[in-house]
Amino acid sequence: MSSPDPAVLSRLREIVGVENVLTSPEDTIPYGFDGTAALKGPVGVVVLPGSTEEVSEVVKLAASRGIAIVTRGSGTGLSGGSVPSEGCLVLCLTRLDKILSVDAANLTVRAQCGAITAAIDAAANKHGLFYPPDPGSMKISTIGGNVAENSGGLRGLKYGVTRDYVMGLEVVLPDGRIAHFGNACVKDVAGYSMKDLFIGSEGTLGIITEVLLKVLPRPAARRTMLASYDRMEDAAQTVSDIIAAKIIPCTLEFLDRMTIGCVEDYAKIGLPRDCEALLLMETDGHPAAVAEEAEQMLALARARGARDVRVARDDAEALQLASARRSAFSALARVRPTTILEDVTVPRDKLAEMVAFVAEVAKKHNLLVGTFGHMGDGNLHPTFLTDERNTEEMARVHEALEDIVTKTLALGGTITGEHGVGLAKKAWLRRQVGENSHDLMREIKRAWDPRNLLNPGKIFD
Amino acid sequence: MKPSLKLLDYSILQQCMHCGMCLPACPTYDATKKERHSPRGRISLMRAVADGELKLSPAFADEMSYCLGCLACQTACPAGVDYSNLLETARAEVQSAGLNQTFTSRFWRTVTIRGLFMRPRLLRFVGRLLWLYQRLGLQTAFRKIGLTKLLPKDLRRLEPQCPTIATKFSPQLIRPIESPTKKQHRVALLTGCVQDLVFADINRDTADVLLANGCEVHTPPVQPCCGSLHAHNGEANAAKTLAKRMIDLFPPSQFDAIITNAGGCGNHLRHYGVLLADDAVYAPLAKLWDAKLRDIHEWMMEHGCRAPRTGLGDLTVTYHDSCHLTHGQKVTKQPRDLLKLIPGLKLVELPEANWCCGSAGIYNITQPEQSEQLLVRKVGHVIGTGASVLATANPGCHLQIARGLRQAGSPISLLQPVTLLARAYRAEKMAESMTA
Repeated sequence: MSSPDPAVLSRLREIVGVENVLTSPEDTIPYGFDGTAALKGPVGVVVLPGSTEEVSEVVKLAASRGIAIVTRGSGTGLSGGSVPSEGCLVLCLTRLDKILSVDAANLTVRAQCGAITAAIDAAANKHGLFYPPDPGSMKISTIGGNVAENSGGLRGLKYGVTRDYVMGLEVVLPDGRIAHFGNACVKDVAGYSMKDLFIGSEGTLGIITEVLLKVLPRPAARRTMLASYDRMEDAAQTVSDIIAAKIIPCTLEFLDRMTIGCVEDYAKIGLPRDCEALLLMETDGHPAAVAEEAEQMLALARARGARDVRVARDDAEALQLASARRSAFSALARVRPTTILEDVTVPRDKLAEMVAFVAEVAKKHNLLVGTFGHMGDGNLHPTFLTDERNTEEMARVHEALEDIVTKTLALGGTITGEHGVGLAKKAWLRRQVGENSHDLMREIKRAWDPRNLLNPGKIFD
Repeated sequence: MKPSLKLLDYSILQQCMHCGMCLPACPTYDATKKERHSPRGRISLMRAVADGELKLSPAFADEMSYCLGCLACQTACPAGVDYSNLLETARAEVQSAGLNQTFTSRFWRTVTIRGLFMRPRLLRFVGRLLWLYQRLGLQTAFRKIGLTKLLPKDLRRLEPQCPTIATKFSPQLIRPIESPTKKQHRVALLTGCVQDLVFADINRDTADVLLANGCEVHTPPVQPCCGSLHAHNGEANAAKTLAKRMIDLFPPSQFDAIITNAGGCGNHLRHYGVLLADDAVYAPLAKLWDAKLRDIHEWMMEHGCRAPRTGLGDLTVTYHDSCHLTHGQKVTKQPRDLLKLIPGLKLVELPEANWCCGSAGIYNITQPEQSEQLLVRKVGHVIGTGASVLATANPGCHLQIARGLRQAGSPISLLQPVTLLARAYRAEKMAESMTA
């Protein structure tokens, strides 16, 4: 809404309270973007509801007036999924931040959509449980946003992604009705698995207001290790060797030389700056199994020529290493003004080839790139370090991205492993999934939300 | 040239890639959950001003003033955004645009920032008058008969917050040059403004700690304000003038280190290089100055501070990180290590030790409500530790938390790490002279 209709504004104020409707530019400009570089949109009005019922009333009002809604949580998304579109109403759900219950008997946590991911894990921890998905922004990302984007994280290899932990959802539909899907039963085949349609739907099908999550017993032991290599291929080969040895570690993360330097500049924890690849490995579970697996992993790393292998002394150091890895994307922003992050994913055995390809592409287009990612699950984050105001260089960045996508698809990979399509990857979706599949997705969206009011222009036009 | 966001190097604004990692570290975002009150939200407003999309407005000015300037976002930011530079530029622009000023706020700004804090002798004179007012029982008398009600509203609110002025100021406690028995280093000691008026004894303690560790201490009796108040409040030119006066008084080439014991001043003091970068004469001197500038704890631990042989009995101490010492100067480990040198002292960690206490320069005056909320939160954590002493190393935090503890009726005493160490050295001397 570039010039919000006074009648709509006054009704919005009735629903959520005067202080929760923002219209001045000083209040709304900060909602014009999410965590995605070089993307922003116009904001007319921001509404911050305090309950599911208020969300429902706001959606009913918007539906009756034909106003589009762009939903957001903490705005840490990396594909522009919550960047506002012209004339929309921004629905910010950070006030719905309560963790409603931890059920240790059924191993579930119930939370409002605005609850912070790390707070959910902390609440579970009090009962000796844990919530495994740990996206890089877990300290501030909201669980509703995680579900809407089907976020991954560092533990994907062993524990899977957000989808694997969603047991039930409360959703406000495009016409304002409130619907519930799923329950605390491990087995449930009653009808279509509707919750699965909403997971990863990026705010285009409904507004998730409450979640019921599966949690697991917290592993009794954990060991974190760090190996440095002179060649990226050796790090990748170590990962293949570990999997071939029938070990599934919870984390196998890598950083390239550029990323190592940036992370070390920020975290100052003594990472070796002069190696080509760092492999961060973590295994968790029963203490005896952890001890045995860690020994095996260290031996495999050494056998593949790791220059130096070190084991984290204690939990504090392990946490420090994982946090350093989580900061990789933001730390890369130290080098150049704009940081274009990719999220391509290939089958695990193609990862080494893909990493080498990214380096070649950067060289070919004369660009700076830092690559890091999840070596265990084939998900890598080539990050171009550039300047959005340099149009000539940005054109080369787009050519490079085009090359990377083409190669990814040729290797049987996906354009996005965990960030979502949003605005950033929309141009390539059809190419990846094929005409029929793409058409079906659009048909579902049109049937569900015929007036295209929920997050219009995301995933597809 | 007036400071302005449009003229600022644009890449400093672009450095923020709005990932949101700063949000959980920001006390004002934590309090309101509104993006505008977050570091990346404020930066987006500054960028909108630089891009010409947003006009300087009273709301923009309010927002810049609502920021504590605690710099917790700088610690949290993996991208290394120079938030402090951005905030100071934005505040300076707001200031020169004359936004959001009432007659009274202009009056007090002129009296304090442009008057008192530019003239060290005058500041001490006014300090002495205040001391007389407090000493002669006038304060109590005026309060009793309600005379303080005649004060203007702002002063009336501040009057009870006015700290007790010290009986002696730094020059009455510290000679211009004091030498240790065995000289290893030659250092300058900065006595500060508030520190000098209220906590001159902490300056004495600092000198004693330096002397006990082989430092010859140079403490000129009249020292200018470092200019930190000015820079944080949009008075860039005054800040430059004061920085030059400081460099003239303490030529950096003559000292092994220039020592500060106030976290807030220290963070400003070590950035004279940036402040004076455009000054042909002072730029190289300022660079050398920055290289010599040390926080007292940093300096002590760098040179293997001597552990006292006698302690202060069994003492449980907790430590609050002053924002500008921890987020600005990144000095976090040294004050804790220094405390641990004292025999018998047990250090317990304070939850949220590096979360702002709400003092934040003059924030407790400009934003009393938010400041009070932060203070209550801090005091709750301090009491929860069960410690009998809270140590901190910044006069602003010291005054603020001491007031909070008094309000809560807590017996916990507030001391600075150097004071505890100086007392231990004194106890050691006493014990050893008695046995001798």
